[in-house]
Amino acid sequence: MARRSFFRRARGDSPAKRIAIHAVLILASIISIYPFLRVISISLRPSNQLLSTSLAIIPPGASLENYRALIFERDFTIWVWNSLIVSAASVLVGLMLAATAAYAFSRWQFPGRRQGLLFLLTTQMIPAGMLLLPICIMVVRLKLFNTYTGMAIAYSVGSVPFSIWILKGYYDTIPRELEEAALVDGASPLGAFWRVVIPLSTPALAIAGLFSFMTAWNDYMMARVMLQKPDMFTWPVGFQKLMDQFQTAWGQFAAASVLVAIPALALFLYSSKWLVSGMTLGGVKG
Amino acid sequence: MTWDVVVRGLGEIGRLLGIVAAVVVVLEIAAYIVLHKLLKCKYSLPLMLLLPALVGVMALIVYPFGFNIYLAFSNMNMFRFKDFSVGLSYGISNFLDVFRSPVLQKVTFFQLLGRTILWTVVNVVCHVLGGLGLALLLNRPMRGKGVYRTLLVVPWALPQVISALAWRGEFHYQYGFVNLLLERLGVQPVPWLSDPKWAFVAVVLVNVWLGIPFMMVVLLGGLQSISQDYYDAAQIDGASGWQQFRSITMPLLKPVLTPAVILGVVWTFNNFNVIYLVTKGGPMEGTDLLVTSMFKAVFEFYRYGFGAAYAMVIFVFLFIFSAVYLRLSGGFKGAWES
Repeated sequence: MARRSFFRRARGDSPAKRIAIHAVLILASIISIYPFLRVISISLRPSNQLLSTSLAIIPPGASLENYRALIFERDFTIWVWNSLIVSAASVLVGLMLAATAAYAFSRWQFPGRRQGLLFLLTTQMIPAGMLLLPICIMVVRLKLFNTYTGMAIAYSVGSVPFSIWILKGYYDTIPRELEEAALVDGASPLGAFWRVVIPLSTPALAIAGLFSFMTAWNDYMMARVMLQKPDMFTWPVGFQKLMDQFQTAWGQFAAASVLVAIPALALFLYSSKWLVSGMTLGGVKG
Repeated sequence: MTWDVVVRGLGEIGRLLGIVAAVVVVLEIAAYIVLHKLLKCKYSLPLMLLLPALVGVMALIVYPFGFNIYLAFSNMNMFRFKDFSVGLSYGISNFLDVFRSPVLQKVTFFQLLGRTILWTVVNVVCHVLGGLGLALLLNRPMRGKGVYRTLLVVPWALPQVISALAWRGEFHYQYGFVNLLLERLGVQPVPWLSDPKWAFVAVVLVNVWLGIPFMMVVLLGGLQSISQDYYDAAQIDGASGWQQFRSITMPLLKPVLTPAVILGVVWTFNNFNVIYLVTKGGPMEGTDLLVTSMFKAVFEFYRYGFGAAYAMVIFVFLFIFSAVYLRLSGGFKGAWES
């Protein structure tokens, strides 16, 4: 049998090599999940052991006290609700704008098309925070400071360029013949888009939507500047406030993290395959 | 949670969505009348489709960008928020200030630039090497592959704010697990967050930990798309593993690697969350990058005009880098030549 290369998918590895590969992967896996295991562990610590030098994952006298205090004595549910509603709104607004624009970029050659796509790419190079002050001033002038509407508007357009790239890459893979058939059957061009292309592109819409959702859901910077009233805080701002009182709220911060991270983790792991293919669609093609 | 919060939120968002939908419909009708009926424009349909996004991007990206340039030529600061004035001389002094005096209190622009470049290079190199290494290990039939992949993706999947704040706690001198582990290994505890040099090491470690999974998943996808036939043919010709890696794997991985590296560089260069949440740029501005010091200049030191000029300078640096890199690598060429 020919010598098997390390770089091809081979079954013929020697046992020693296989053990070495598993050892490396196990070590890497431990490094990648250990910090989160620690967060879980800290969330279970009773309050008299918050500051401990123990490395045990299940702390002695584990209790759910931190979760109880977090939910009943803090604004945790309000923070999560605020984040949820602002993120959902920004996804819907963003997709309304991006879906048709991406279709135009995918199907028509028009003057300025290339420049338009390049421009969308350039917007990704704007440093974080550069547009924050101007947007803040706009939001203040529109009297939308400290409101859901102001936040949703500010978030929605930030992810539009990225969504357009993802959707365009996906529309490119849908054969034109499908719409042409609809046109022959008497549909208008917009009708063909609405009845043929949109249903076929639900996976891409889901990816783009998920991306913009996560951008808004995880944003700290904009929320920290634009939300001044504690009952408007989104969870990243609320958590940061918990963390500022290191001694007292370390356990509650950990509990809050577990409650937010586990749904996020589940959703992400479930969709990560498509996330990546969506992300590389625009660039890899061709 | 009280019900009126829920009701208020839903009402507000419902109204917003209604307004946006109405504006889109009105825009489309107006565009239809003007472009199609009056001008009989050849491109009226694609332009109509583009219009809503165009208006959104103009209002929330182009206009603020222009406004930022306008602010860069103003003397706006904490004391002059409403009644600031604009003039070329203010602009010149703002842009000169970026280079001639410390950006915040201690560190100068060129130190920050150097540190940001160091930060970006170290991070992206570690992300690519770590990601590639793990992807190569995972790209073979073996037991437990799915489990490994799931576990290895966790740092990317965790909300960044949570990871960053958790790491900040874990770098605590006395109670953080990093020092506790070092002590058990017989190493002196390290003053992670109080010594500028160690604090920089700490934020780099956090960001490397955060960034490897993304590269790993992207590169794994790239590796899986390479046909096995190439390797079979190379084997017949007697190519060694390293030769196969250099002449098959790397060239065929390039279309995936190039955009991933560009995105990685831009994201790392502009990274805010990790630095700001783990160290706040401290101690003694020792971990500030261009972006975090810009944020602090604007929102903590209230130097609005200066901050706007500073933001422009950072943008120009990134833009030039990306333009040169795109030209050299032909990165996104395929995307518009369909």
